[in-house]
Amino acid sequence: MDTEWIEAVRAGNPRAVARAISAVERGGPGAHAVIAALFPFTGRAQIIGVTGAPGTGKSTLVNELAKYYRRRGDRVGIVAVDPTSPFTGGAILGDRLRMQDLSGDPGVFIRSMATRGSLGGLASATFDAVQVLDAAGFDLILVETVGAGQSEVDIAKNAQTTVVVDAPGLGDEIQAIKAGILEIADVLVVNKADRDGAGATVAALEMNLNLKPKSEKSWRPPVLKTVAIRGEGTGDVVDWIGKHRAYLEAEHLLKAKERARFRSELDMVLQRELMSRLLSHLDGDEMDSLVDKMASREMDVYQVANQLLHAAERSQA
Amino acid sequence: MSERPIRVLIAKPGLDGHDRGAKVVARALRDAGMEVIYTGIRQTPEMIAEAALQEDVDVIGLSILSGAHMDLFPRIVEEIKRRNVNDALLVCGGIIPEEDIPALEQMGFVGVFGPGTSTQDLAKFIRDEVGQRRTRSAQSPSPAR
Repeated sequence: MDTEWIEAVRAGNPRAVARAISAVERGGPGAHAVIAALFPFTGRAQIIGVTGAPGTGKSTLVNELAKYYRRRGDRVGIVAVDPTSPFTGGAILGDRLRMQDLSGDPGVFIRSMATRGSLGGLASATFDAVQVLDAAGFDLILVETVGAGQSEVDIAKNAQTTVVVDAPGLGDEIQAIKAGILEIADVLVVNKADRDGAGATVAALEMNLNLKPKSEKSWRPPVLKTVAIRGEGTGDVVDWIGKHRAYLEAEHLLKAKERARFRSELDMVLQRELMSRLLSHLDGDEMDSLVDKMASREMDVYQVANQLLHAAERSQA
Repeated sequence: MSERPIRVLIAKPGLDGHDRGAKVVARALRDAGMEVIYTGIRQTPEMIAEAALQEDVDVIGLSILSGAHMDLFPRIVEEIKRRNVNDALLVCGGIIPEEDIPALEQMGFVGVFGPGTSTQDLAKFIRDEVGQRRTRSAQSPSPAR
């Protein structure tokens, strides 16, 4: 196999990096070959997730964070995810629009990804794309999720530090104590803090954090105010990401986080592969006739699923 | 594995701020099942080429209404070539006089779409052209492809 491209990716050649990301996005044996070749060179980058509701200013904040890290001399990779239409399979990937300050800087690589049917706020190949950027020697990788609702929490498994971006006017104290996205925050940001109600949003988030039982060693996320569009407060966000990283190192939590990430990756890949192998035994007509049986109330969903599973087991035996 | 979606970069070079047309095209291509990277107005030739490179797009679509296309487009093509993004399909639209079209085709633009173009025709044109290119590149093996 041709190995020139591996060296080109490792050297950070943007054409090679872009091609490798396309390959992992496409999936299948080509994707597996790319990951197999690059995996030994991963594990060095710091991975930071940025998530939050649509319109809270995630892309603008990512733009500002990247500018900070660039000034420090780090090379920055960005993966920005936007949703795929469930109806047409198309997507508008517009995160780059907010990251124009970074254009023309060879130390920054931005890649937009569509979810392509994956739920959870990321594309199924997002983590593979992060691994390509990691192998390409980017020191810091910022992963921006789709505009997340309440339960798109996959980013927390993929990133070492998760920044959750909120904005004034999106909900009251009950929203703040619900389970889900706020629970995964290592750093909480109230962006657009020049707007009315920013103080109340900060107070609601603080109250929620104060209700959590304290233990000496656990991390308490800060609640930070920013106006990302003017770069206000973003230095604090960088500082607190750094403090969280130092905390992970001091408590020896980085390895544990990485293990948890690999475990969830493995679960996801197994699900995907098992599903596709199971369905490969089946033609479309068979599937249709089974759905017909459900529609006529002859069989319920569990009976159909069990029948398919038994058939697959028999064909393997 | 299903056919991967066509990736299209839509950019507006130069200084005119009339982006309605570019947005209509972006939306129409989305509805045609493509992944559209929208970079917005006031893009320099370098910014456009850089985005095309990093996003590994199949198509680069430029929208321009200022009349500066004969100045800007050659520079964009040059920046794209300098980065070795030589397999992306080049198309453009906006206010482009008929007499400029041969020169644009010479530069490598395979489609020039003026006002009144149906978005369905545009989507079909892109799908056919990209389909042909993919068939061709599948016959010549290249790394990580």
